[in-house]
Amino acid sequence: MATLTASPTAAGHYAAAIERAERDRLHEPAWLRGARRSAAEAFGRMGVPTVRDEEWRATNVAPIADTPFVPAPPASVPAEEAARFLVPGLAGPRLVFVNGRYAAELSAPGVRSAGVAVSTIADAIEHAPEPLESCLTRHRDYAGHPFAALNTALFDDGALVTVADNTVADEPIQLVFLSTVTSAPAMSAPRVLVWLGRNSHATLIETFGSLGPASGFTNAVTDVVVGEGSVLDHCRVQRESESAFHVGRTEFRLGRSSRSSSHAVALGGRIARHDALAVLGDEGASCTLNGLYLAGGRQLIDNHTEIDHARPHGTSHELYKGILGGRARGVFNGRIRVRPDAQKTDAKQTNKALLLSDEAQINSKPQLEIFANDVRCTHGATVGQLNQDALFYLRTRGIGLDDARSLLVTAFAADVTSRVGLEPLRAELDRLLAARLPGLLAGEVRR
Amino acid sequence: MLEIKNLRASVGGKEILKGIDLAVGRGEVHAVMGPNGSGKSTLAGVLAGRHEYEVTGGSVTYDGRDLLDLDPEERARAGVFLAFQYPVEIPGVNNAYFLRAALNAIRKHRGEPEIDAMGFMALIRDKLSLLGMDQALMNRPVNDGFSGGEKKRNEIFQMAVLEPKLAILDETDSGLDIDALKVVAGGVNALRGPDRSAIVVTHYQRLLDYIVPDFVHVLSGGRIVRSGGKDLALELEDRGYGWLDTEARPA
Repeated sequence: MATLTASPTAAGHYAAAIERAERDRLHEPAWLRGARRSAAEAFGRMGVPTVRDEEWRATNVAPIADTPFVPAPPASVPAEEAARFLVPGLAGPRLVFVNGRYAAELSAPGVRSAGVAVSTIADAIEHAPEPLESCLTRHRDYAGHPFAALNTALFDDGALVTVADNTVADEPIQLVFLSTVTSAPAMSAPRVLVWLGRNSHATLIETFGSLGPASGFTNAVTDVVVGEGSVLDHCRVQRESESAFHVGRTEFRLGRSSRSSSHAVALGGRIARHDALAVLGDEGASCTLNGLYLAGGRQLIDNHTEIDHARPHGTSHELYKGILGGRARGVFNGRIRVRPDAQKTDAKQTNKALLLSDEAQINSKPQLEIFANDVRCTHGATVGQLNQDALFYLRTRGIGLDDARSLLVTAFAADVTSRVGLEPLRAELDRLLAARLPGLLAGEVRR
Repeated sequence: MLEIKNLRASVGGKEILKGIDLAVGRGEVHAVMGPNGSGKSTLAGVLAGRHEYEVTGGSVTYDGRDLLDLDPEERARAGVFLAFQYPVEIPGVNNAYFLRAALNAIRKHRGEPEIDAMGFMALIRDKLSLLGMDQALMNRPVNDGFSGGEKKRNEIFQMAVLEPKLAILDETDSGLDIDALKVVAGGVNALRGPDRSAIVVTHYQRLLDYIVPDFVHVLSGGRIVRSGGKDLALELEDRGYGWLDTEARPA
């Protein structure tokens, strides 16, 4: 286990924020205050990571350590502005949060299916603490995850989604977290728990967005528990501004014969880091962890994934693709752990990066830790530029250089988006990519 | 229509074309033959605008314009079409979408309205059957996973849809069995007309049984060493290329 080097001075303003929060939250139930206290202590021990820490070697979060972020102030957002961050053509429950706080006027928490509940974390703490209490108190290990600890210590609100046994949530559930431009650098820490019982099914879309050139810090944690025989479709869309700081962690805990399929799309952030962890904790679990990221200018987008095959007959498929222009940097770190008990594991990891400029960079690192002998694990990584032969071919048919480049980049990305099953979401992702491409391609040196 | 004068071109600093002169009139079909390494594909690539070929001398005039001054897409819009010896596979780009985008780019250049997906499917139906192509190929990525024969048919099919004024066929016959060869030749012949010209680059005379040229040129060592009528191709078939080197070599 890598050790973290604490950065005590840098963490000073976070310590102050934690102290303030503890004073303001005396009304919270004892179990929660206890959970927050131990998380705060864990964060205090670790501090904000530095590049000396192996897990953060390629991603320097000094600006996050050094900027004196204060808790984001309340703000109101016009409904038509917030609507830009909802997937068009999707009915169903949605919760919208602005600067980490629930925006009731923008939300529609009502559900159609009995057995499905969508509420705010604040509500859940007050009225129905389970399964939140278990999630926050039992077996919580923050080692190596200082930002997750910080989130637990500080979160104001977020969403709790529960789906009872033998229940199909027939409408996709949308959670939207918006940040506004603030006078002082601001941070928010949204928290999400999704809990599926046995033999249930749900679709969840999480969107993180900025209104205007917001340059705050979002530190998000989502916990997903998928019960025996259940199926979760998940999509995470991070489309914050290019001056925002974003750190997110998503943990999937998969029960026996359960399945999760997740797509993480990252477009925004000056520094954006997402950690996805999937624990295949019982036999026959199956997980898909796909990702797509686009970065230009001086953006840094880091994806760390970890798939933990703990039990036999697990299957994991992972496809991450990055498109990098300008002086952007991408980081991909994909760890697959196959524990001694996890025989008959089938794991496949692929990661590909497309560099659109000479100054764009990718750091890519697969980490396979295989402790069982009867398994199949494959990984492949490629880094390349646009195929010049394909560009020439398209141009000889009359398609202009810009359109030809756009066609090829779109095709590269569609390899991921085409795997999204929900058609309106797929169309929205394609639209977001199409809107982003001209700017990304404009930075490329013409050949 | 096309006038090539003393064209010289190199690739990676090595001169491949050493002064080509060739004039193609309206409606004419010219065959360019020659042994491997004679510069046939380089000539085709230079005419289409392949960037790794550096033109070091001479000129190419097409319809009164300096062809070498145009980007590949501008050449295509002006009516030049290259059927590739090795068509490029483009995973993720839908064949129908790609070809409609190409057609619309060309139509736009001609001042014609863009054609929608429905109109496009109607337009290509006959051309698909002309080339004996399964419509299912249109819903696949461009050339991706196509057999060698399917790729070559797809080239000629694209040509039939885009209706170029000057078609350059680069070894379109290579890798085709005789039935496929006849189909491909039929597609090329269907496009022949008083306003359409073609340069047929081939190593073998076989293709010229089906696409009968008006003129035959022999390329060797980066120069045209012999020109003649269609009988020249038959002579090459009998005697091979060896005798040309001896005759063409300056004393």
